[in-house]
Amino acid sequence: MTALVALRGIVKRFGTLTANDHVDLDVQPGEIHALLGENGAGKSTLVKILFGLLQPNEGTIRWQGREVMLSGPDAAAALGIGMVFQHFSLFDNLTVAENIGVAMPKGDGLADLEARIAAVGKRYGLALDPSRPVWTLSAGERQRIEIVRALLREPKLLILDEPTSVLTPQEAETLFSTLDTLAAGGCGLLYITHRLEEVRRLCHRATILRAGKVVAACDPRQESVAALASLMVGSEVAEVRPAAAHALGPVRFSLNGLTLPSSDLHGVALKAVSLEVRGGEIVGIAGVAGNGQAELFGAMSGEDLAASAEAVTIDGKPVGRDGIDARRKRAAAFVPEERNGHAAAPRMTLSENVVLSRHGDGMARGGLVDLRAAKDMAQAIIKAFDVRKGKVDPPAGTLSGGNLQKFVVGREMLRKPGVLIVNQPTWGVDPGATATIRQALIDLAASGAAVVVISQDLDEIYAIADRIAVIHDGELSKAYPAREIGREQIGLLMAGAGHAHAA
Amino acid sequence: MGVWEAILITVVTAATPLLIAAMGELVVERAGVLNLGIEGMMAVGAACGFAAAILSGSTILGILAAIAAGLVLSGLFALLVLGLATNQVASGLALTILGLGLSGLIGAGFVGTQREAIPPVYIPGLTDLPGGHVLFGENPFVYFSLALAFATLWFLGRSRAGLTLRSIGENHASAHALGLPVLKVRLAAILFGGACAGLAGAYLSLVYTPFWSPGMTAGRGWIALALVVFASWRPLRLLFGAYLFGGATVLQLHAQAASLGIPSQALSAFPYVATIVALVVMSVGRRSATAPGSLGAPFVPDR
Repeated sequence: MTALVALRGIVKRFGTLTANDHVDLDVQPGEIHALLGENGAGKSTLVKILFGLLQPNEGTIRWQGREVMLSGPDAAAALGIGMVFQHFSLFDNLTVAENIGVAMPKGDGLADLEARIAAVGKRYGLALDPSRPVWTLSAGERQRIEIVRALLREPKLLILDEPTSVLTPQEAETLFSTLDTLAAGGCGLLYITHRLEEVRRLCHRATILRAGKVVAACDPRQESVAALASLMVGSEVAEVRPAAAHALGPVRFSLNGLTLPSSDLHGVALKAVSLEVRGGEIVGIAGVAGNGQAELFGAMSGEDLAASAEAVTIDGKPVGRDGIDARRKRAAAFVPEERNGHAAAPRMTLSENVVLSRHGDGMARGGLVDLRAAKDMAQAIIKAFDVRKGKVDPPAGTLSGGNLQKFVVGREMLRKPGVLIVNQPTWGVDPGATATIRQALIDLAASGAAVVVISQDLDEIYAIADRIAVIHDGELSKAYPAREIGREQIGLLMAGAGHAHAA
Repeated sequence: MGVWEAILITVVTAATPLLIAAMGELVVERAGVLNLGIEGMMAVGAACGFAAAILSGSTILGILAAIAAGLVLSGLFALLVLGLATNQVASGLALTILGLGLSGLIGAGFVGTQREAIPPVYIPGLTDLPGGHVLFGENPFVYFSLALAFATLWFLGRSRAGLTLRSIGENHASAHALGLPVLKVRLAAILFGGACAGLAGAYLSLVYTPFWSPGMTAGRGWIALALVVFASWRPLRLLFGAYLFGGATVLQLHAQAASLGIPSQALSAFPYVATIVALVVMSVGRRSATAPGSLGAPFVPDR
């Protein structure tokens, strides 16, 4: 059988970095083919080449046996290649219909577009309201737009880049049945993910990339998750050790009916959020992206002030009207989601970045920065968290995602904070660094600190949290002990089912 | 012609150059590019238009020369901000300074030269009706500017190309990922904005005054820029805003004539103060909700 698409010897270099090193890949019609690899393994580069967004330095692409040049996304789309992007390629202020219409081929009339959207929606179970502006939609609905947009062009090959990372478990199930229907209809699917359970369930074949090279191809249904993970990483991945049994201390951090309108136009307002975290425990906050996590972090850290001081307390002291520095002085520490530009200034060196959040800890004397103390502290963080870097004190932006994340987590961790608030601690971080960071969070809690972890990764929350709360549309559910709440129930809360119960 | 009719006609006269220049800039900004060089392009358009009209004796050639001048300057701007991905604010300011200087050079030989203004339309019967001068006796530029406003409204709201342009202004990274030609569309938009600014300049030197004097644009390019924000990037609101500011200009002229005891300098500043107040009110009220998402951001595709 002729492969639908066959890549041979694809090489792509960015300066000195070889992102793809002689990659071969075949996708057959009707096949769901997984492309696996760690962050930075070259998956995204490869699919961008396949969708015409990047040009390879070497290698050939054959489409149904015929060699083709993919000069741009329009050329790829004309052949019948569709793509669902990880970071959606949508326009927030345009309506659903406009978002879809703008991607239709030239000369394709838009008059009957709404009818066609409805027809595709009915066939694959993807309901959409064409007149809604995109910014009012949930992440799951946005993804539906991307998928409908791709399907309207009747693709023969559909590429999906980490499609389930923004979905509730139930939404993911709906997606899987859509994909099964598509594959049964003869469409080839290239499925990129690092969620290995999904791959074992859904995919017929898997190609594994490591450092830009194909290291293995296998039938994922025949492999265990651990075997797939070690193929991706190249070595065994350390398991996170749970903390030894320890008694819980008093409440160290609390939110009491915190209500906060969003400062961002398209943001989410927080509605009467209450939470108590005791010393010695980790509370995980689950939720689909964009349900108020950023706003909640801002309110907890003091980047956004609450209306009343009592709305936020640290060790019993009201701090709702105090800024981030005042909260740090009460032994709280904060790690925001975005490494570059929020947790760290990318063009400044690591030691300068230490000063950013630790200037209260002997980094400044008489109004002057003590650079020597900052350098010593940077080296201590680097040693304690095994941060790998090229130079002694490089700019933060030159570190890989995992290493910079270890650094910014370590920077707060070494203060031995009494309260730690962290948003997405391991987003886009490789498995080795992920294990290090999760272990450090568990050890910190075991030493008596109150830890709040906001994460969209349910596996992460189950791996480290003692109690789990779910945020949906700015409302926080009660925190359930992790052993007593199943994924099914969390998924329902993530989708907003909690409202019905509350009302 | 009654007093009110005369006042209305002067309002329209003051509003028309603002409307033309601002409508061009609106399209540029909806494509995601901020061109602060309108003032410079208007000045060069006014100088070139006047010079060409005097030298050739043809009004049409004068208008065409003004449009061409706007195209050339905006083409230079496009080369900088699209080709070299330079900072749009700095490039736009440089364009204004360059345009103002260049217009002085081009117009140097024509200072003090007078020319017949382009006559208003005269339709026998209709123009002589009561109020007919306002509706049927305006300058051809006025009818063109109104047509331009409604054409822009249709283009942005209804046409496929307009949808493409808005998408690119909203999020150029997404647009590129979908295979839309980001740079080509932006080039076309910038050139359109330049042509409109040049034309607005020609209106000043061929209809409004009609002569050339250095600095005759008198900040109208900046008011046009403010109008785009005031109108929150919508053509119909821009039409309304242009007439509002035209009215403010005429109002201060009449206030000066009526000698109310307010210093004339303070009255002359009135439209500019109104601009600032409008901008403050807009930004306090809605946090610039409708600004195109990629406005002012340079676009550099991956290779």
